[in-house]
Amino acid sequence: MKSEPKEIYSGITSRKYIFILMMGTAVVLSFILDIMSGPAWLSVREVVLALLGLGDSTGHAIVWVIRLPMAAMAVVVGAALGIAGAEMQTILDNPLASPYTLGISAAAGFGAALAFVLGVGVVPFAEEILVPFNAFFFSFLCCLAIYFIANKKKGTTETIVLAGIALLFLFNSMIALLEYIASADELQAVIFWLFGSLSKATLPKVAIVFVVLILIIPIFALDAWKLTALRLGDNKAKSLGINVEKLRVKAFVLISILTATAVCFVGTIGFVGLVAPHISRMLVGEDQRYFMPLSALGGAFLLSVASIASKLVVPGAIFPIGIATSFIGVPFFLFMILRRRRDFW
Amino acid sequence: MKLEVFDLSYSYSTTPVLKGISLTAEKMVTAIIGPNGAGKSTLLTCIAGLLRPEGKILLNGTDIRKMDRDDFSKALSYLPQDAPSRAVLTVFEAVLLGRLHSLKWRVGEEDLGIVYRVMGELGIEELASRTLNELSGGQRQMVSIAQALVKEPEILLMDEPTNSLDLQRQLELFELIREISADKQITLVTALHDLNLAARYADHIVVMKEGEVVSSGSPNKVLTCEMIESVYGVHARVSVDEEGIPEILPVCSAGRRKNHK
Ligand SMILES: Nc1ncnc2c1ncn2[C@@H]1O[C@H](COP(=O)(O)OP(=O)(O)OP(=O)(O)O)[C@@H](O)[C@H]1O
Ligand SMILES: [Mg+2]
Repeated sequence: MKSEPKEIYSGITSRKYIFILMMGTAVVLSFILDIMSGPAWLSVREVVLALLGLGDSTGHAIVWVIRLPMAAMAVVVGAALGIAGAEMQTILDNPLASPYTLGISAAAGFGAALAFVLGVGVVPFAEEILVPFNAFFFSFLCCLAIYFIANKKKGTTETIVLAGIALLFLFNSMIALLEYIASADELQAVIFWLFGSLSKATLPKVAIVFVVLILIIPIFALDAWKLTALRLGDNKAKSLGINVEKLRVKAFVLISILTATAVCFVGTIGFVGLVAPHISRMLVGEDQRYFMPLSALGGAFLLSVASIASKLVVPGAIFPIGIATSFIGVPFFLFMILRRRRDFW
Repeated sequence: MKLEVFDLSYSYSTTPVLKGISLTAEKMVTAIIGPNGAGKSTLLTCIAGLLRPEGKILLNGTDIRKMDRDDFSKALSYLPQDAPSRAVLTVFEAVLLGRLHSLKWRVGEEDLGIVYRVMGELGIEELASRTLNELSGGQRQMVSIAQALVKEPEILLMDEPTNSLDLQRQLELFELIREISADKQITLVTALHDLNLAARYADHIVVMKEGEVVSSGSPNKVLTCEMIESVYGVHARVSVDEEGIPEILPVCSAGRRKNHK
């Protein structure tokens, strides 16, 4: 019964490729279904023809102007949040770490609310630019704040998590304050933004998130082994020659950019960043070469399915995707947790 | 590789934990013994380059602070005393991480071969595709040991490697380590609590107490009733077995320890 090391290892990894392939397929399918679904259902043929630029003009308009931007936004934002959550949990060694639980989404919400309550309406079209810009600015600021607070205490992972939770409460209460002083219209806009929504998606916005993803993924990929080794504990990682502090800072900056870009266009869809990495970890473990791609695909899939569901719940209207994400994500997540036979954290 | 430590001092905050430690270790098994809190782990952490102590640490005559980071981390493997990781990685993947310095995106066959060989030597190849979080404490410890060995280091630092290992594994581990260190000319420095293991397998013993080296030399020279009484506060009988190896039989505590901190 002597087997080759190579065979044993490929036995371990081939399962992971299968999961990634399956999840990839699922994303493609849900993406197409997402484009098909809506007040006027399109057939697969119509969608494919429109995407290739061969269909009739109504189909073309529905797909390219309305459905594609939203469907693509769901995929890229889901992927970005999935990766952000995965890397956050990795560098902070904490299963609760995610853009949502560390207050980064709340900071984005505060930025957006600030724009709605104090800025929007002053300049025409300001909402288009000011809201995402503000959201980006404040979520990035939140990341920096977490980092500097933590750095004061030599960057232990506990301090980072605690600082993040403190900021979550701070930003939530500042949002509440803005809601309190807002007019009825402003209040409505703020609340709708906080629900999370893909309805403001446009192809240029999708392109921005996509470009950020494409730039950041390779940087993480280059550090894949080091990030995996970080899970062995700081001392072990250091003795393997890793500059742990530097790796943490670098990853944290990348995560901040990724999260800020993702949430600034769609609002608070934080749950994906918490759940996708957990699902990915249960399926392929924590070797980053599989863990990161599957977290991205898992996030994309969850958000894509939520996007479909948000169109089906109330026929003719679009239900806020943030709510749909939680309604779909929570039972799925609980199912995964209860079904598993072993401890994953 | 020759390891020399000169006049090493370190304090975490204000109280000094290491007070002028000097020792030399060369191509053999050096055991560091001493009561809890003596500074054994701190010393090993300093040698592993994870803390910045005062004094000098030389590898083959070169100060480790002047060594290239990569060369240094390639030459030295360190097994921390911390509880081993429970990450969701299979045993194979976890051991593979010990070869971090040579891992590319695609894992090379040489790395796979070394990992598999070391798992075989430690008798954990059966566990290859189990994940760390479903192993027993001792099995996880074996994985950490394998991780330290696959690097094929010239200096191997092990902080209480026998933690949570059963009797047979403890003996086998040291048999194996002796074999490897003779074969590959590895210098092993290990913190150890089991005096009988130290007596049997160490070539050189360094006794530490309260941050100082109180005695060092061959097991026969160091392991005496007087040393055990003064360092551990324990009455013990020390006899010499037919192979000439000291055997320690603790009898009773010499009263409650005064300097419990
Ligand atoms: N991170 C730390 N911060 C502050 N003090 C520390 C730290 N680590 C260890 N110490 C202190 O330094 C002293 C030496 O600790 P060390 O871990 O080196 O002892 P040891 O000889 O390895 O003990 P043991 O046999 O229990 O492992 C102890 O008094 C301990 O309380
Ligand atoms: Mg110790």
